[in-house]
Amino acid sequence: MIEFQDVAYSYGGGELLTGIDLSLPQGSFHFLTGPSGAGKTTFLKLCYGELVPSSGRIELFGRDVRGMSRDDIAWLRRRVGVVHQDCQFLDHLPLEENVALPLTVAGRDAGAEAADLKELLAWVGLSKQRGSLPPELSGGERQRAALARAIIMAPEVIVADEPTGNVDWEMSLRLLQLLVELHRMGKTILIATHDINLIRAAKQQTQARVLRIRNRQVQLAGADL
Amino acid sequence: MSLGADLLAMATGDRQADRVVPPTGFTARLTLFTAAAMAFLAVFALALSLATGRLADRWSDALARTATVRISAPMGQVEAQTQAALRVLETTPGIASARPLGDAEQRALLEPWFGPDLPVDTLPIPQLIEVVETGDGYDAQGLRLRLQAEAPGAVLDDHTRWRAPLVRAAERLRLLGILSMALIAAATGAMITLAANAALNANAQVIRVLRLVGARDVYIARAFVRRFTLRALSGAAAGTVLAMIAIALLPGAETGGGFLTGLGFQGAGWLWPLVIPPLAALTAFWATRTAAFRALRELM
Ligand SMILES: Nc1ncnc2c1ncn2[C@@H]1O[C@H](COP(=O)(O)OP(=O)(O)OP(=O)(O)O)[C@@H](O)[C@H]1O
Ligand SMILES: [Mg+2]
Repeated sequence: MIEFQDVAYSYGGGELLTGIDLSLPQGSFHFLTGPSGAGKTTFLKLCYGELVPSSGRIELFGRDVRGMSRDDIAWLRRRVGVVHQDCQFLDHLPLEENVALPLTVAGRDAGAEAADLKELLAWVGLSKQRGSLPPELSGGERQRAALARAIIMAPEVIVADEPTGNVDWEMSLRLLQLLVELHRMGKTILIATHDINLIRAAKQQTQARVLRIRNRQVQLAGADL
Repeated sequence: MSLGADLLAMATGDRQADRVVPPTGFTARLTLFTAAAMAFLAVFALALSLATGRLADRWSDALARTATVRISAPMGQVEAQTQAALRVLETTPGIASARPLGDAEQRALLEPWFGPDLPVDTLPIPQLIEVVETGDGYDAQGLRLRLQAEAPGAVLDDHTRWRAPLVRAAERLRLLGILSMALIAAATGAMITLAANAALNANAQVIRVLRLVGARDVYIARAFVRRFTLRALSGAAAGTVLAMIAIALLPGAETGGGFLTGLGFQGAGWLWPLVIPPLAALTAFWATRTAAFRALRELM
């Protein structure tokens, strides 16, 4: 599903990630940890084609990300649902339309899929807030809305960047619950977090593995985590 | 994506797609106003071009190839001098025909000035000879000299020579009118490009989000293009209608009264201004589309 071969990523300031050899198979559940600024968000962006590696090769769904056109990337975005660290909503549209946005831009009639949308909003517990504008929502509501938007296209892969970044423990567990349910449906999951407790809670419910960024390398952590 | 498909998509519209870009009241009103003002000006430039075109045609066609020789001589000599002048004219290269006007024709010419009861026979009215040139024209200077020698009372009145500068001026005016229309179109395109660029920059974050959720550039561009095209169309339609009303309300005068009163449209000419709103829409469509794709390429 996601293949890294000797990948390095550097920007103007120097090399951020290097020597990454990894494979995230279909149906796997991975956490990604590391100190702030270690490159977690950068790694995720490499995983959904927002960034291309400086060297090495990344294959997504069997295709090299280098040489993908803008339209290919758009196509990729429909197969990888992303929960962004800062959510990224259109503040002038109500929650409901934000969640349905991937359908809208794909030219699908959100009205025809209203039943699915309603069900999805109920599943993340946002039925009552469907008409609210994003700035009116609480942090946890925004995170759940971002998750709902990430999965509305039924993507094969779900990538979440600090999905529990600004919510309390109870809400974190609730979000984790949703992700675990998606994993049970066969989705490939990748979550960046520095919340050890969240990882522990997940390990009790499902087969989750942990990737750790250390010394610019991304490696599978031992069983101690 | 083809241009045709794009135009079609715009005509059929997509209310949901329109909503993804937040409404911008101020830019929208400015674009509407600009399109209306430009269309208003374009209608006048068009009226100017059409009117001066008519004028130039009338002046150059009607009497272009004719001249008049006027014989003013004491009563007894008119006939002889007329014959002498005709002989000179017949032998002048570049003159197709020369014909003395009859009494009835002369009276008809003078009637508007002196009334129908003019006693032409008893008045010392000069004899007129109508001269028609060939396409090549003749040497007026040489003809004048020869006429002077043969018929001292003959004066060559050369319409073409004094009309030529007027025709040139009218043609120049028509050219300026056409140039003005081209400039108005270019300025409209430029202003819409500026407005579209401002809108694209103001919405950089929106564009980012749309891309994150899988929108193709075509889709994003279309959302902007549709807006600006519709605004330009409605603004230009309003401006065109206002200008047409203004022209229809210009105080009238008898036909051919003069240049200023001939500024209106005539008959089917009234259909011409209706071309302006679609042209404005097309200009906006093209300008926004170009601006959008350039901005999207730069906005990585
Ligand atoms: N294109 C870039 N230009 C400048 N700096 C960059 C660029 N890309 C990444 N960085 C820097 O790389 C570092 C890693 O960024 P990244 O967002 O991946 O960290 P992170 O692990 O997600 O951190 P956090 O836990 O705070 O979200 C940061 O110091 C960031 O400023
Ligand atoms: Mg981050």
